[in-house]
Amino acid sequence: MSSVVVRDLHKTYGTVEAVRGLSFEVAPGQCFGLLGPNGAGKTTTIEILEGLLAPTSGEVVVLGRRWGQDDQAIRERMGVCLQQTVLSEKLQVGETVDLFRRFYRIGRAPESVIHEVELTEKAHARVGTLSGGQKQRLAVACALVGDPELLFLDEPTTGLDPQSRRQVWDIVNAFKAGGRTVLLTTHYMDEAEKLCDRVAIVDHGRIIAEGSPMHLMTSLGGEHVVEIAVREDGQGPLPAAAMEGLPGVRAAHAEAGRIVLTVAEPHVAVPAILEKVRTGGWELSGLSTRHASLEDVFVSLTGRHLRDE
Amino acid sequence: MSDAGREGKATGATDGREFTRLDAFLALCLTRFREFYRESEVVFWSFMFPIMLSVGLGIAFRNRPPETLPVAVVAGPEAARLSGVLGQTPLLKASVMDADAATRALALGRVALVVAPRADASVEYHLDPSRAESAIARARADDALQRAAGRRDPVASGVVEVREPGGRYIDFLIPGIVGMNIMSGGMWGVGFNLVDMRIKKLLKRLVAAPMRRPDFLAANLAMRLVFMVIEVSFVLGFGHLAFGVPLRGSLPAVFTVGALGALCFGGLGLLVGSRARRMETVTGLMNVVMMPMFVLSGIFFSADRFPQMLQPLIRILPLTALNDAMRAVVLEGLRLSSLSAPLAVLVLWTLASFTIGLKLFRWN
Repeated sequence: MSSVVVRDLHKTYGTVEAVRGLSFEVAPGQCFGLLGPNGAGKTTTIEILEGLLAPTSGEVVVLGRRWGQDDQAIRERMGVCLQQTVLSEKLQVGETVDLFRRFYRIGRAPESVIHEVELTEKAHARVGTLSGGQKQRLAVACALVGDPELLFLDEPTTGLDPQSRRQVWDIVNAFKAGGRTVLLTTHYMDEAEKLCDRVAIVDHGRIIAEGSPMHLMTSLGGEHVVEIAVREDGQGPLPAAAMEGLPGVRAAHAEAGRIVLTVAEPHVAVPAILEKVRTGGWELSGLSTRHASLEDVFVSLTGRHLRDE
Repeated sequence: MSDAGREGKATGATDGREFTRLDAFLALCLTRFREFYRESEVVFWSFMFPIMLSVGLGIAFRNRPPETLPVAVVAGPEAARLSGVLGQTPLLKASVMDADAATRALALGRVALVVAPRADASVEYHLDPSRAESAIARARADDALQRAAGRRDPVASGVVEVREPGGRYIDFLIPGIVGMNIMSGGMWGVGFNLVDMRIKKLLKRLVAAPMRRPDFLAANLAMRLVFMVIEVSFVLGFGHLAFGVPLRGSLPAVFTVGALGALCFGGLGLLVGSRARRMETVTGLMNVVMMPMFVLSGIFFSADRFPQMLQPLIRILPLTALNDAMRAVVLEGLRLSSLSAPLAVLVLWTLASFTIGLKLFRWN
């Protein structure tokens, strides 16, 4: 039985359609990510699943139960980390986690959760004195203290520094390792790649691609990306079309003065690309190769970047 | 729910404790209490501000003892005798000066009255009729001079001094400050606080946990009652110790009136904060509700001073009802049974504000 089932979910605010027919399922033990730019409808979707918003239409089953019928039973078994919650600044870290513990009939010892999120030293500090990363780990601790089977994380690392992001990822990975289910939203492709077993790419309230990160990246036709740039004082810009059809090149498009190529076998494609540039009379000013990312998937599907508004 | 609640939980990680709904309620109360006393602004407005107001207004409008008034006697043959009589008179202080100096002293306000003996043994009083102390000085001086000249009063009279507190301005003020404090505490402590929690998404976070929504609001109100007891005790205790303000009614009556007031203004706070998503909105609404009552409801001066036409309107304001009831208990020692009108006003406001506030309330 799936931990989460969503069928043909719609949510309309006035005349704005925030969610336009989403369907997906999350298997137990899976980490499922909704990846998309800001405004794609991710937060609306996750808040409907958390029972905080009512859908306009569609079916939602969480842990085998439905909102409006078994609310208390679902809440006992799920943990929630909202996008940017400000917890009460005047309370201490330990007091905050202890408060949340008491909302659940059964749960974990607050001290052990605080230890797990590495805030033991801050247990007696006021929440108002914590850094952004510490506050976010505290928010995660409040989500974990009820010993949930299903954890909802809405943009868990937005606005955090790289070290804090890694700490949050470690906590989520430890939770996953216990066989629990995670549903998260993010607009960071690296976060989705690091944490998610399965990703749905959401744009304008619809899922435009779904699968494991690896599957989505190979669906580009190649796992590698080669970017080249030529000197501008030469004989004009290099047309992307000139690169299509070269050995090993699956796709090419121009972007910000550069050509971005999706490539299956870099060791075949790169010599061919260099040869093409040289014989065409252009002068190469830059060349880089990297593994394809979910960002590339999003760009190839929408023509936009994840961070574009 | 207790049976099915746990399938699939990795039980090894649990702490072995089982919490009830009551545990959650008590934890919410404790949380509210901690937030209250750790917020220095709240402590200032709840405790220091009423004290400063009472002290300031108590000093400004204190009842003064009768003043000793300086009187000038114009120099002349009779001057020594007259000033001797006046000098013996309580609350008058006589000095002899020549006519010009006396006139100038009166004009400058250094003396309240000039007594000028005439040639025919009568006297002439020079005074400024617009000055209250001049009239008092004249009455005292004339009385003393007539008695000294052998006047016999046809009616024997005596004076009994009554020094019982209760009729002074400070006695009127302190119960009004108590009422004002209960109003502000309910409106800010419940209304503003809820909006603050809504803006910070803390309300949303709480309802995403298996917290019972009615328990959360109940904990807020329960703690409001606790704070009310502390605040009312503090202000009445201060008034009693510093100014000797009496407490003639019973403490249970005081706290019953206080509790009805706290619930009433907690309900109005809930109503005002039921939907607002911005600080400006709730602050504005709060002022719209509280401002008229600050002026009309008899905190600093009696509501009776307003025209008769406005009285029915003023009497149905919750703060008027609270102040009237609180004064009746504190100053007159009335029992609750004789306060049915103001208490009914409070109960009706409480029921109305909770009914509407809970219906409108927005958790997100």
